[in-house]
Formats: sequence, structure tokens, C-alpha cells
Amino acid sequence: MGPSDLILDVRNLSVDFATHGGMLRAVHDVSFTVAPGETLALVGESGSGKSVTSLALMRLTPRPPRARLAGQARFRTHAGEELDLLAIPEPAMRALRGNAIAMVFQEPMTSLNPVTRVGEQVAEAVLAHRAVGRREALQRAEALFERVGIPDARRRLAAFPHQLSGGMRQRVMIAMALSCDPAVLIADEPTTALDVTVQAQILELLKALQRDTGMAIVFITHNLGVVAEIADRVMVMYAGRIVERGAVASVMRAPLMPYTQGLLRAVPNLAIADRFEPLASIPGTVPNPTALPPGCSFEPRCPYSVPGLCDTCVPPLEQAVAGHDVRCVRWKAVAECRT
Amino acid sequence: MSVAAPLAEVEHLRQWFSIGRLLGARHTVRAVDDVSLSIARGEVLGLVGESGSGKSTLGRAVLRVTEPSGGRIVFDGQDVTRFSRRQLRPLRARMQMIFQDPFASLNPRMTVGQIIAAPLRIQRPGLKRAEVTERVADALRTVGLAESHAERYPHEFSGGQRQRIGIARAFIMEPAFLVADEPVSALDVSIQAQVINLLMEIKQKLDLTILFISHDLAVVGRLCDRIAVMYLGRIVEIADTRTLFCAPRHPYTEALFSAVPQTDPARRRERILLKGDLPSPLAPPSGCAFRTRCRYALPACAEAVPPLIDVGGGHWKACIRDDLTLRSAV
Amino acid sequence: MSTALIGAQAAPRTEARPTTPRRRAWLRFKRHRLAMFGLAAITVLVLAVIIGPSLIPFDQLHIEMRARFQPPPIGGHWFGTDQLGRDLLVRLLMAGRISLTIGFMAMLVSTVIGTTVGVAAGYYGGWVASVLMRFVDAVLCFPSVFLLLALAAFIKPNIATITLIIAATSWMEVARVVQSQVRALRHRDFILAAEMMGASGPNVMLRELLPNAIGPIIVAATLTVARAILMEAYVSFLGYGIQPPMASWGNMLNNAQQYLGSAPWLAIFPGLMITLAVTSFNFIGDGLRDAVDARIDLI
Repeated sequence: MGPSDLILDVRNLSVDFATHGGMLRAVHDVSFTVAPGETLALVGESGSGKSVTSLALMRLTPRPPRARLAGQARFRTHAGEELDLLAIPEPAMRALRGNAIAMVFQEPMTSLNPVTRVGEQVAEAVLAHRAVGRREALQRAEALFERVGIPDARRRLAAFPHQLSGGMRQRVMIAMALSCDPAVLIADEPTTALDVTVQAQILELLKALQRDTGMAIVFITHNLGVVAEIADRVMVMYAGRIVERGAVASVMRAPLMPYTQGLLRAVPNLAIADRFEPLASIPGTVPNPTALPPGCSFEPRCPYSVPGLCDTCVPPLEQAVAGHDVRCVRWKAVAECRT
Repeated sequence: MSVAAPLAEVEHLRQWFSIGRLLGARHTVRAVDDVSLSIARGEVLGLVGESGSGKSTLGRAVLRVTEPSGGRIVFDGQDVTRFSRRQLRPLRARMQMIFQDPFASLNPRMTVGQIIAAPLRIQRPGLKRAEVTERVADALRTVGLAESHAERYPHEFSGGQRQRIGIARAFIMEPAFLVADEPVSALDVSIQAQVINLLMEIKQKLDLTILFISHDLAVVGRLCDRIAVMYLGRIVEIADTRTLFCAPRHPYTEALFSAVPQTDPARRRERILLKGDLPSPLAPPSGCAFRTRCRYALPACAEAVPPLIDVGGGHWKACIRDDLTLRSAV
Repeated sequence: MSTALIGAQAAPRTEARPTTPRRRAWLRFKRHRLAMFGLAAITVLVLAVIIGPSLIPFDQLHIEMRARFQPPPIGGHWFGTDQLGRDLLVRLLMAGRISLTIGFMAMLVSTVIGTTVGVAAGYYGGWVASVLMRFVDAVLCFPSVFLLLALAAFIKPNIATITLIIAATSWMEVARVVQSQVRALRHRDFILAAEMMGASGPNVMLRELLPNAIGPIIVAATLTVARAILMEAYVSFLGYGIQPPMASWGNMLNNAQQYLGSAPWLAIFPGLMITLAVTSFNFIGDGLRDAVDARIDLI
């Protein structure tokens, strides 16, 4: 493994799904690293492969032959051991899930068991990985509830998921994820289904928890504003590939990939105009994974594309400036067109 | 201030829902509680709020989807509050709705052509087949789809395309009034911009009046002439867009602006975080419903529901405090 | 959270060829082997009962006392003869005509009744639904065979009346299934959109809701055929259905009771036919259920 301070080192991860028409590649050759205490954001729209990537890391994709994983995902445990998440046997993976690697999903209503009290569910998460008694597990659950900001924690232990608001349920999910002091938290669109004021609270909570525990967060979202608020580094995905990668400040201020630039422009910010001006939109739609363009996947929608250059082969992911990689042969032109 | 009569108006509108068993305790959810609004012709009015605010219910109430529990609804000068289904029928051609979920708003068993032609079929049964086909083709072209798409089924299209089909269906009768209920919330970011642009294009073309319901302040800020902010069934602030963004007068509006995550680092400031969660709509706080989360709350706030006070220039707020300097949106 | 569900949601949506819902359903049906077997069996059965009797040299009513109780396949009687020397195979096929006809017709009548009740209950909701569905529940409380017998005791048993009373005891299942499906869709946005255009109640029920319930209706209808055939067999076996000398599988079984020891083929073959027909329809029903899986279609 590379520098000893990396907690996750993913190399050449690919995910294929079995479909009627053969194996379909949903994630092509994705590589990235995560250091302890850092937040890496995975940004993309539908079909970008961001969710599949996180599921693959947790080995939650269907088993072969319905889905196949390739590549390596090296994880450094508390004990300093280095494990390849994609290669270890299932029992070993189960021991890690919910323990050293925890996950929070978008829809807490479907991730929580509707007929079990939430205190029980968090206690179960503790009991799965720690040899403690039930009473102690419940006490830990109460402590976790307080830590994630659930008021009146003791009483809330006895609540059922449907009795809690969306924000509360998400806090319960986070409590569950934290129950065994994870080294990495994978959060798949955790605030997308929440109101904007609740989202602000949850983001603050995650930041505070990260400061306290030093855990790394892989944050998956389609919302660039959220990325700017919470992440240190960002990876933009399009049609299953990483198209841009770097520090958040660098990517947001000076995007080098036309897609990223287009996305940033298409998102209306809180500025106002006297008359409506059409929003800068990216024409066209995300390509069909079964029929990707021969060259760069974004080429058909790209205002910078050059025939013969961009549509012949897929550009490699290369470093453009220090710490900022991009998969675009025209990145210099993109850099100059920024306003 | 427009002198012409408003196109749609609600006065002291109440939409209360009763939940509970036949023989048990019945609770009332006041989804919309004493709302008064008027929408001028050609205006785009934004209705902003989070879950439980009642904005969707209000949008549906204005279109007389359900019968209101109280108050009045006036459409184009006619009091439609108690109109029967039959009486509403001729008006239906003039008011339409676009829905949030592109997957649930189209009948999966009908072709796109049938879906778009449905309003024509229902409102103008005498139209000849050829003319219907022509108008459907026209509608498809206007929303950026191909004529050949009329024979396909909804499941063959992406979310953004389905939303376009929904838009085509909504304006094929050339309505005067459109209620857009979170039309872009379920779409990808790059598609949102496309659909918003399309909507505004059609608005210009038909001189539509739009009630635009959304939780996304940034989108609403770009599109709307006036904005009403709702919280737990009541309007807490209403003003024209520039005023609302530059000088909000209600703490909830301030908190909403502050909560929106910004990509531009220059715009980012310290967040105002609201305390706690949304109160249950079954048991709203006494007096001002927002007081439990408001950082400027006073004991007096619990005494009575604050009325909407006119602060001039068409700007109304429902807050008893006059002394607050609140942050602008940017 | 099942991994199967995660995978299904995470897997990219492949571009569908321009297929109608019907075509996709057919493709799914074809993969269900038991259902295909059932379909084949019923096809063969229907062909056999239609053209079979004209190909067999014996007549179903022809009594030949010299050839009674002939075990199969002696004397050219492939399935043997009964106590009056009548050829069993031809009687079996003629009986098949009766039983299958009653089965289909009862299915048609009960499906129409059940669908009407179900759609109305699902659409109107409120007290209309309560009254209708409680009525359905009440009728379902009666053990259907006894209900059938009770009705049969009051009427002259012929094909038409038997069909009607079987239909009267079979429509409830269809009503339930349809009501459930319609209720699930009643508050979807596309129904609201139709109402917003000014569509009347019957219009919405017929043009928007019914097409979405066709899948479960077809499944329930297929299973109703199976059940109707069985019901007819019960009733005729007990002597209250089709009367001799007209043959039905049920009354052939009744007839065969006294000869179980000496001429078992008289009971075996009608029994096998009933089993084959009922099981085949059930398999087809299963296959159809998978084929018209509403989850997949409503994506």
C-alpha cells in the first residue's frame, strides 16, 4: 500500500452487471484514495456509477454471475492490517460491515426496520460486532443518540421509525453507523431526501462527528453545493468513469472538465435577475450505458469537442495541475473559458 | 400594482384533513390554515416551503382538486369554492397542473400520444382524429421531442423526457393558469435547467400565469416575480423576489436562505442552524408555529398567531417583531 | 435491505427496444416452463375435445352390452368401456367439451361481475367500497361447494344454469384482486391528471384504471377457469350438476364409484382429465402472474 496514512486505496475498480444483452459495465476502472479524517465526495448524476461504486466497496452488489467486480480496494484496519475488500471472503466482509466500514443510505425509511423500535436496531448493530450484554448495548445506543443530537434520547429509544421525522431517522442511521467506531463512513446521498434546513443540520453533525472521531467519509451526492460545504476532495463521475478529481476548492473554482463546468453553470445560485434569463443547460442526455459513444462519453454534449480528437478513443485520466486530475484532452481550453 | 383583476385568488382558505379511526380519537391536520393569496394574470408566483408546509396542498386546493374545508377560491372572477364536478368541467381546460414525479404522472399503459391527446379527447370530443394527431405532434415538437415518440410508452423515456411529456399534456389545451408542483425536483441537475428553460419558453408563448411550487429557493429566485413562504400551513412571508432576497423580514425566510449550500466559496457565510425539528402537524405550537425553532423568539410569540402585516410595497410578513435585521440571501 | 433489490436499483437501465407492455409480458411468460407446459396441455386438450370425437369410430351414446367393462385397450377402445359398453375415450372427450365450456363461460361471467365490483370499490372508496367489499367478504364466508349445492337444489340443472351458479360463487376473488390493484393506483398522479382534465368517474375507471388492472384480472380469470372446472366436477359428482346421459367429468366419476374395485379405469381417466385440466390452468395462471408483474411494468 502507498503512503501509510491512507485508509482506503481503490485501484482499477470495475463493476459489470449481467443483463439480457450480455455483461454491462457500470463502473469503468475507478481509482481513488481516502486518508483518515478526510471527506471525499463522489459527484455525479444518474447513471454515473457513483452509487454502484460505493455498493461495490461494501460488497453489496449481487453475487456473480449477476454482477462481477474487478480491481482492488485496499483497506487498512485499526490493527494496521491491509485487506482487499473485493477479495476477502464473505464472513470477513461481514465482520467489517457496520463495524470498521459503515454506510448511511438515502432513504432511512426503507433502511430501518419498520416494526422494530429504533433503540433496538441500534443496539443490534452494537451487538453484532461487540461482545457486550443487551443492557450495555442499549446504554450505548442512548449515548449515541445523544451524540447525534436526538433530544430526549432515552424516550426516543422506544420509538418506531414511522414516529420520527425524516431528519430524526437519518440521525438514527448515523448513530447506527457510528456504533462501532468506523474508520470509514460511506454516505450515499444521506441528505437528498431531507428538507434544506434539516440538511444543514445533518451536514453540520457529520462535520462535527468527523472532527471528533477522525473517521474518513466518502460522501456521494449529486448536489454540488453540498460538496462545497462538506468535502475536502471531490471526484466527478460521468457514465461510469471518473472525469475529474481534485481538491474541492480547485475543482469548484476552476473546473477543467467541460461536464463539471457545465454542471456548475446549470445550478442556479441565490442570485437574482430582473428578467428571466435561460439557465445555462447542458444539451442532450446522459448516454445509454449499452451504447456509449466510441470516444469520450461526454463528447456528444460537449461545447469544446473537436471531431477526430475527442470522439475516437476514451481520454485517459491525467494530472492537469498539481493535485487536480482530469479526463479531457481539451482541459486547457476549458480553463481559459472560465469566467 | 396591477389594476386588472387577479386570475386566481384564495381567501382564508382552509384545508383540514381528519385522520383517525371511526370510533377512536380523531385528529385534524391543518394542512392549509387560513391562507389568502392572489395571483395576477401573467405572473409567476413562487410557493416555497419544506415538508409539512402545505404548499402542495395549497396548489391542489387552488385547482379545486378537493373541496376546501373553509374559505373561498375565485378563478377568473368566478367563485368556484363549492362547484360540483360538472360545473368545474369547462374550467378544467383553463387550469392545468404539472406533477413532481415523472414516473407516476403518466399512465404506463397508454402511449405518449394517447397521454398527450387525453385532454383533447375529454374536453373536445368532436375533434377529428387527424387534427388531434396534428396537435399532439405539434406539442411534442414544442417540448423538444420527436413526432415518432407518440407511439412509444412512458417507460422508454428518461425522467426529464417524461417531464416534458407531462408539460406537453398540460399545455395542449392552452390553459391560462398552470400549477407546477415541484416539476424539477426529481430530475438530474443538468436536466433541471433544460426543463426550467422549456417551461419559461412556454410561459412566454402562451402568456401563462404560473403558481410555481418548490422547495428550491435558487430556482424560485430565478423564475418568479413574487414569492410566498409557507410554514406549517400558513404563509409567513410574501414579497416580490428582489425584496425577499435582499431584505427578508421573517426569521424562517432568513434560515431558509442560510441553509442553501453554495458552490461559490465567496458566498459562503456561517450557517444559521435551526433548533430541533419540524413540529408535528397534529400538534402545532400555540401562537406562531415557528417559535419553537426561531432564534429570535419571545414569550409574546406564543400568545397569538401572528397575522400577516403589510410592511409596504406588497411585502407582508407574519412576525410580531419589527426590530430584526435579517440577513439577505447573498 | 436485500442485496437483490440494491443490485436491481443500482444496475443501469438498459435501453428497451420499442416494446409494448404486452410483448414484454409474453417474453417473461415464455421463460416459465411449467406455464408453457400448461399452455401446451390445454391446447392439446382443447383440440382433442373439438376434433377428437369425430375421429373416434364410436359414438358416446351407443350402448353395446356385449362390450361392457372392457379394460383398455381391448377391442379398439383405448380407454376401455363402461358398464353400458360405451367407449370411455369418446365420452371423456364429449364430457370435456361440457366441462371446458362451463369453465370458460363461468370465468367470463364471474370476471365481468368481479371486475365491475372491484373497479367501483377501488375507485369510489369510502363507504361504497366498505359496503361492496364487506358483501364480498360475506359471500366468501360460505363454503362455496355448499353454496353451489344449495343453489343447484333449487334450479333445473343444465349447462347454462350450472355456469351461472358457478359464476355466482367465483366472482369474489376477481373483485378482491381488482379492488386491491385499483386502490393502489387510485391516488397516483396520472389519475389525478385525468381528473384534472375533467374526465368523469366512469371515464377514469374505464380508460385509466382498468388497463392497469388487466394483468391481475387475467391471472385471476385463469385461476377461475381451473376452479370452475373443479366446481362443476364437484357438483356433477354429487349428482346435482350435469345429468346423465350427457357426460361430464364429474358425473362420470359419480358413475364410476360403484365399480372402483372391478373397473378402476372408469374412475382413473376422468380423474386424470380433471387433474390435467385444473393443474394446467393453474400453471398458466402462475406463469401469467410472473409475466404481468406490476412492479416491473410501472417503472
